[in-house]
Amino acid sequence: MIKMKIKHSLTIVLIAVGINLVFAETMQGPGLGHAATIDEVAKWNISVFPDGEGLPEGRGSVSEGEVVYNTQCVGCHAQGGIGSAVGDQLAGAQMELTSDYPEKTIGKYWPYATTVFDVIRRSMPMTTPGSLTDNDAYAVTAYLLYLNNLIDVNAVIDKSSLPKVKMPNEDGFVKVYEVKETNK
Amino acid sequence: MTDTKHNKEFEYVAGNGLLDRRLFLKRGIQFGTITALASTVTQLLQAETETAFNSARPPWMTQPGKPFSLYGKPSEFEDDVVRFPTQNESVLGNGVSWSPLHLMEGTITPNGLHFERHHNGIPQIDPAKHKLLIHGMVKQDLFFRMEDLYRYPMQSKICFIECGGNSNAGWNSSPSRSEAGYFNGMASNSEWTGVPLKVLLAEAGLKSSAKWLIAEGADAFNMQMSIPIEKAMDDAFLAIYQNGEKIRPEQGYPLRLIVPGWEGVLNVKWLRRLMITDRPVMARNETSRYTELQPDGKARQFTFFIEAKSLITSPSANMLLKQPGLYQITGLAWSGRGKIKKVDISADDGKTWAEAELQQPVLDRAFTRFRLPWQWNGKKTVIKSRAMDETGYVQPERTELIKKRGKHGFYHYNAITNWQIDEDGYVSHVYDKNENQTLSDNSIDSSWD
Ligand code: HEC
Repeated sequence: MIKMKIKHSLTIVLIAVGINLVFAETMQGPGLGHAATIDEVAKWNISVFPDGEGLPEGRGSVSEGEVVYNTQCVGCHAQGGIGSAVGDQLAGAQMELTSDYPEKTIGKYWPYATTVFDVIRRSMPMTTPGSLTDNDAYAVTAYLLYLNNLIDVNAVIDKSSLPKVKMPNEDGFVKVYEVKETNK
Repeated sequence: MTDTKHNKEFEYVAGNGLLDRRLFLKRGIQFGTITALASTVTQLLQAETETAFNSARPPWMTQPGKPFSLYGKPSEFEDDVVRFPTQNESVLGNGVSWSPLHLMEGTITPNGLHFERHHNGIPQIDPAKHKLLIHGMVKQDLFFRMEDLYRYPMQSKICFIECGGNSNAGWNSSPSRSEAGYFNGMASNSEWTGVPLKVLLAEAGLKSSAKWLIAEGADAFNMQMSIPIEKAMDDAFLAIYQNGEKIRPEQGYPLRLIVPGWEGVLNVKWLRRLMITDRPVMARNETSRYTELQPDGKARQFTFFIEAKSLITSPSANMLLKQPGLYQITGLAWSGRGKIKKVDISADDGKTWAEAELQQPVLDRAFTRFRLPWQWNGKKTVIKSRAMDETGYVQPERTELIKKRGKHGFYHYNAITNWQIDEDGYVSHVYDKNENQTLSDNSIDSSWD
């Protein structure tokens, strides 16, 4: 009984001192989350990391990718990936990043090849997003890497070869947030 | 009217007619009329107006008014106060719509006028069929249905959201000719209410390896962004309400991540998945886009903070000052690093400055309204505003910003905006006078990325 009383008055003091602080530190939810199974998570999680984590099974070649591109992508991104008023330029850069007309194509600007696969699988084609099979996504990724002179015309792209593609601008990024926060 | 005469009437605080902000409190002060060029009143309407003014009972007092409505709309006489969409010509849900900042007052953006940026349209989500997954470096992967989230403790915060690509026409070699909001209006300010993210993360149980979270939306673009975990544990929250009502579909209904003060793209709409990791995913929108290419060929990445910025919203581009006289200069200032400390205004192209009145209360990482009276003498001049936030950071002039960042950064343009007023009272956007405005560099279009 006495114990409880003490506890009680302590709480009141704390609340009086800084209600927001106390609330923020101890705020707890009603605990209504539902456990997700490994299978459910695997189905939802399609994020692909630079080291290849998240890449699915499957494979695709440059020539298979050319077919996918010319049926599903060319309308917006144009022949050879040079872009249009509708879709971004993906390849065919003539100008360097330091020029007055920098072209931020996959080959010139993108730091990781895995990002190409990730964005194509999750967002493209704009009219029917999510409709590509993993094989088609690998293939069209291969074709775009080829158009950017990053892989050979005979290359096959899969979960082990994609993270190994050397991207010329991998070191071209300065992480502003990390630098600032760790050096302060 | 000569300047000496003005001096007898008013107390000047800086060059070319800037007046003491306390002037507002004085009685009998009349401000001049500023009109939008597009809405000049015609002769016919003027006659009708005269009739209404002269009758003791105007028409709306001679018959019963309209009955109640289920959901109120603005007056039909305000139908020009609208967003301005610029979208992809064939993917219609890809683009932005600009908030008409130049047609609004105060600090809160009405929900229907909040700016939009969608990559592939606005999903129409049934909240009964929407759930959030939290998984990865947590002790227990969890789903939360909307009906669950409605029962969590909530908090509110009034804060701005600004797209990293806002004002990007400022990088162009010639000044944008759009109205202030249709060039700077990818910024809006709302009261957001929802569940603190740390409450949900605590429930899932963060592992010590957790450093980042990847937030993903349930739109057709299925957008994802990486965010440092300390922001999640600090003040990020999952908004359910905007200005008192459920978030609008175009703002992320039924669930939106809010990361106060950080660039818009991180405030992921239609939130459906939070993956806890030890590193960023390097998504397309944090590598190919929303990174800032510098003159040396390197790009700034993870430039989360919105730096201090201000903008005079009236008078501003394409408005008309009908005659010389007393005007109210008003505008908005904001900073992603905290409160606005002061806003200076110049009416003589930066030669002298005076401190504007800040509308109270000044809130952390929220739109701050500033105002200052000004006596316009009818001569050509340039007016501009300059914000300083509580960290001491001062909004840069455009030439300064470009000297530091080059012209191809595309994002995070926060330079001072100059409005030139010519002898006829017409307001237009100009760059710094000492800048060579005929540079032959690449002119980016006012795009939306
Ligand atoms: C209907 C038009 C359309 C089609 C079809 C289309 N895209 Fe796109 N794509 C776009 C648009 C628009 C964007 C930019 C989206 C944005 O605003 O974020 C884009 C972006 C991209 C990007 C990222 C570019 C960058 O620089 O960040 C890649 C890669 C891409 N598309 C690949 C593809 C591939 C591969 C296909 C075919 C499977 C495809 N697209 C089909 C319109 C299209």
